[in-house]
Amino acid sequence: MARKPTTAAKTTVTLLAWGIGLLIFFPILWTVLMSFHSEGDAIKSPWDMLTSVWSFESYAEVQTRSNYALHFFNSVVISVGSTLLALAIAIPAAWAMAFVPGRRTKDLLMWMLSTKMMPAVGVLIPMYLGFKNMGLLDSRLGLVAVMTLINLPIVVWMLYTYFKEIPGEILEAARMDGASLRSEIIYVLTPMALPGIASTLLLNVILAWNEAFWTLQLTTHDAAPLTQFIASYSSPEGLFYAKLSAASTMAIAPILILGWFSQKQLVRGLTFGAVK
Amino acid sequence: MTMTLRALLGATAALALTGMAMAETTEITVATVNNGDMIRMQGLMDDFYAKNPDIHVNWVTLEENVLRQKVTTDIATKGGQFDVLTIGTYEVPIWGKQGWLVSLDDLPEDYNKADLLPAIAGGLTVDGHLYASPFYGESSMVMYRKDLMDAAGLTMPDAPTWTDIEKAAAAMTDKSKEQYGICLRGKAGWGENMAFLTAMSNSFGAKWFDMDWKPQFDQKPWADTLAFYLHLMNDYGPPGASNNGFNENLALMQQGHCGMWIDATVAASFVTGKDSTVADKMAFALAPDNGLGKRGNWLWAWSLAIPAGTQKEAAAKAFVNWATNPAYLELVASKEGWANVPPGTRTSLYANPEYAKVPFAKMTLDSINAADPTHPTVDEVPYVGVQFVAIPEFAGIATEVGQQFSAALAGTTTAADALAAAQELTTTEMTKAGYIK
Amino acid sequence: MATQHSRMAARLMVAPSVGLLFVWMIVPLVTTIYFSFLIYNQLYPDRQGWAGFDNYYYFLTDRSFMEAIWNSIVLVGGVLIVTVIGGILLALLLNMPFWGQGIVRIMVIAPFFVMPTVSALVWKNMFMNPVNGMFAHIAKGLGLEPFDFLGHAPMASIIGIVSWEWLPFATLILLTALQSLDSEQQEAAEMDGAGRLSRFIYLTLPHLTRAITVVILIQTIFLLSIYAEIAVTTNGGPGTATTTITYQVALQSLYDNDVGGASAGGIVAVILANIVAVFVMRMIGKNLDA
Repeated sequence: MARKPTTAAKTTVTLLAWGIGLLIFFPILWTVLMSFHSEGDAIKSPWDMLTSVWSFESYAEVQTRSNYALHFFNSVVISVGSTLLALAIAIPAAWAMAFVPGRRTKDLLMWMLSTKMMPAVGVLIPMYLGFKNMGLLDSRLGLVAVMTLINLPIVVWMLYTYFKEIPGEILEAARMDGASLRSEIIYVLTPMALPGIASTLLLNVILAWNEAFWTLQLTTHDAAPLTQFIASYSSPEGLFYAKLSAASTMAIAPILILGWFSQKQLVRGLTFGAVK
Repeated sequence: MTMTLRALLGATAALALTGMAMAETTEITVATVNNGDMIRMQGLMDDFYAKNPDIHVNWVTLEENVLRQKVTTDIATKGGQFDVLTIGTYEVPIWGKQGWLVSLDDLPEDYNKADLLPAIAGGLTVDGHLYASPFYGESSMVMYRKDLMDAAGLTMPDAPTWTDIEKAAAAMTDKSKEQYGICLRGKAGWGENMAFLTAMSNSFGAKWFDMDWKPQFDQKPWADTLAFYLHLMNDYGPPGASNNGFNENLALMQQGHCGMWIDATVAASFVTGKDSTVADKMAFALAPDNGLGKRGNWLWAWSLAIPAGTQKEAAAKAFVNWATNPAYLELVASKEGWANVPPGTRTSLYANPEYAKVPFAKMTLDSINAADPTHPTVDEVPYVGVQFVAIPEFAGIATEVGQQFSAALAGTTTAADALAAAQELTTTEMTKAGYIK
Repeated sequence: MATQHSRMAARLMVAPSVGLLFVWMIVPLVTTIYFSFLIYNQLYPDRQGWAGFDNYYYFLTDRSFMEAIWNSIVLVGGVLIVTVIGGILLALLLNMPFWGQGIVRIMVIAPFFVMPTVSALVWKNMFMNPVNGMFAHIAKGLGLEPFDFLGHAPMASIIGIVSWEWLPFATLILLTALQSLDSEQQEAAEMDGAGRLSRFIYLTLPHLTRAITVVILIQTIFLLSIYAEIAVTTNGGPGTATTTITYQVALQSLYDNDVGGASAGGIVAVILANIVAVFVMRMIGKNLDA
């Protein structure tokens, strides 16, 4: 950091940051609070709800009604699996586009992004028929494949931007020293690229975790992830906010914890390893 | 690479098959909506397994809109993901006609088909074949605050007219206390505001189409319906009504903000339930009429159907029979009490003196009997369905019409413009679909 | 020699991505184009045949088509403005040293983890409802008339909900970019007496341009396909105030079960999205090279 900020300045920033942070977080906090009250209390006015009896009944009901473990497992497999696969395919591509750009690199990038422009509902029937013919309906394998392809352009893009931040002079220096392409990637590039890769990983796990069209349409029971778990609690005939809040809390919690652990990585950002 | 993968997958599948064969268990997948009665059924599966030890049920429970999309896609592409579907009165006539559903005429003796309520069974029968078995049926009725009516010195007749409703709404409205005389659906959608408005329009003598499938929004009965609805809601309704659906109104009613609410009969058990602050103050009446011979109530039944082409038809039938058999009603009653029995499907339930003690039982039955899906309107019409028209185009058209009517309620357009737009877009869609030559 | 060698290698490295995406693009695209010329309604299996350009004709002449285009632009543009400006400010704030950085960062990122249907339901019923919502209670507490958000400002309300969901994405990307800012350069500028504002305009902002470009492009793609938030809150109403192109395609596909019509709508949507993309690239594409 540049220089030591004064305590007064730091206090001001702290207050401001916490204020804004809490404001943004408030709807989620409220959802969590609702999940600890009965359905009838959850729709009361804010003060009445907070002062009503706390209860775990929503969690108890979600526990008996749903197979959370199965949905959770499927979500992990689908989101992590597809992100890793996408990273494996995208890292070389992004590397090449960032450091050996051709005349068409920008067009290629744009074209990649354009593959995401087709509205999903427009291709539902062809996809469903294809999946049916390949026997991939309600399979984790099929969903990992779809999510990989859906997020591949985003992964390439993000990696490309991060790689672009790495100064080319370092690579040239390494090449002068006679490093081969492989050792260039392993010893020079990878350490510098790690934070970027980590943040790409996190963002894409979240995107895949929350993807609620294909994961709902292409699964029924065995491969159904948490999106289906949520869909079984939203908008029935009758009050549902407490139960939906409980289910949402259970769906968000794991990924929030992942975010907590990886944010250290994100904080270090790209400066780590680079430049100095 | 793919070869090995395929081989591996094949091997796993084969293993799974032999595993199943050895245990002699048939797994069936049942798609259902996440409403209370279905959730209760999932808690009573021990009884089913005791009677059918060789069948295992995988539940897929989803909210209504997602469920409808999924099962429609699956059945239209013959995806074969489900063995039993939960569908409504709107889908059954359309899908039955396509030959997509297995006929349920041969359910066992103890199913007692003759016991089904005629109005409900009529909506699930196509060309004399029963294509879905009703799990619970519902109509709509007036739910009102007896204490507020008493305070205003009014009494609600058991079979009110729209004038009675207007009077009551005016008397119960006190906006300074956030107390609104009447709460009705306003959110756009064929199953939202249009379900209510279509049923309401029947009692005003309106209809969607004449015998030549010509849209009728340019006729006076529709103008009267919409004008009266807007008058009620603008003068006596809650703010934000143009985005209220069933659950928003339920929350308002339970919080004591509504004097009256006209909606699904199933809501009676919620507004008198433990989460309601007005549980002991509620009373019920039939949906209103205008003396034209039709009431403004709808008819809906969530029903179990078996898609044609399932490999496990016998097991699926065993399940449908168990879930919609008179014995299931007894089972729920013995475990959870009569008030929690799925309502609105069987004559015998309403003949049961125990069930008659449930406060809203009689009004529910009378409401259901007051609806006739095969003759929904005052004039003759070419279609079936009370709060819908059982043609595939309806959901899309009615959702767009619903957008126009919710704009009229929000005040962003006038009633006349909304009706003109509805007439225009319905004519276009019906022309496109080939009804209007 | 070395460059040629690396060119070859580069091609090989790009090939898998391009190949996979090409298949992933071309197969659905061709089937969709094919379907768009067919009479194909799932609920009428017996009606078949060529539709010619009928599906396109009906989609393009739909009375709400022009409004839907405008609504799509307003939704995407509105959310972009809020999230990019908000994201820059938030990223600058979070990049300063303060106590509890980790916790605040995770709080700011958290909305991104909530599924769209859930956030729409929570916002609609718990916050925006003019009788029961939190905003209404606050307004009443201050002696004001509660505002009917979704009835009288439906598009602005939806922009608000969606911005809340996507602000974390913008903040995260911009924050990561900020951290590679050369602090020595900053210090030098400070020594030279450059004010905070001019340091921001001449040093920070140029450094962020690529990240901002990426945020705009990636978000545009996701925002164009917003559906759940609209379906939960307004169903495209009141009137057609919140009907977007994507919502119209969904209406055809999910309500009408008209595969032919939905395919035509899908193709139109792809063309429009590409026009937007070319437009955006013209404006900001050069930032990608830097």
